Amino acid sequence: MPINYYIFLSVALFCVGVAGVLTRRNAIIIFMCVELMLNSVNLLLVAFSKMQWHALGAGNPDAGMNAQLFVFFIMVVAAAEVSVGLAIIVMMYRNTHSIDVNFLNRLKH
Amino acid sequence: MNAKQLNEMNITQVLFWFLSILAILGAILVVISKNPVSSVLWLIVVFVAISGHYILLNAQFLAIVNLIVYAGAIMVLFLFVVMLMNLNTDSEPQKNRWLKIAGVITGGSLLLVLVAALKKADLKTQIAETNLGDIGLIHNLGMTLFHDYVIPFEISSVLFLSAMVGVVVIGKKD
Repeated sequence: MPINYYIFLSVALFCVGVAGVLTRRNAIIIFMCVELMLNSVNLLLVAFSKMQWHALGAGNPDAGMNAQLFVFFIMVVAAAEVSVGLAIIVMMYRNTHSIDVNFLNRLKH
Repeated sequence: MNAKQLNEMNITQVLFWFLSILAILGAILVVISKNPVSSVLWLIVVFVAISGHYILLNAQFLAIVNLIVYAGAIMVLFLFVVMLMNLNTDSEPQKNRWLKIAGVITGGSLLLVLVAALKKADLKTQIAETNLGDIGLIHNLGMTLFHDYVIPFEISSVLFLSAMVGVVVIGKKD
């Protein structure tokens, strides 16, 4: 497939995530939209890693492998990030009995 | 699209368009569904579609890791938290309608700017090779991971340990 299609697919998914972060007030849904943006970038990185067939043909057998390992490490960090973020949201709900992000603006005052 | 064009497209292109439409539709439904539980379920659909894209790009290791870690573990965690909070009662207060419209317009403007910037880019000759190539297979990735990336791999275990400690400290009751 031409790389254009993957770029536009990733851009579309990323923008849907941005619109979700800006329009929703539920903290969990905002967090899910952040995960969606993260995954669109991962998809683009994997598509770029499969674009290296010139280098593969030129006798570099490792071309593009670093990108896939980079995506692997992004997934590792994202798993840790999700666990900490959900713990923060649960604590927030326990203290205020709400996960409305507009309610949690006490840092402003 | 008529049947003749469909015959000319091969199976890879059909799968690509199917998975792309599934991913974008699922993403839109994540944002617009009222019930948080159905949002989580649609996000699982998006992740399965992205895993299908990885398989199409012959990145099989990442496809399986994405399916296990994201669609399995992380989304179960999300579903667990949503159900723990008893949020499925449509109790979410609605945002101001103008703020919603402004958010959608902002996202659409970002899409417009990025597409307009990338449309003229000279990428027509760059092909991402689908369903061939062996850099995504688990043997090659494992060899590279445990030869060149041993130190980051071990450091990520320290990251997991600290995340675990942090979660326990945050979630502890006072």
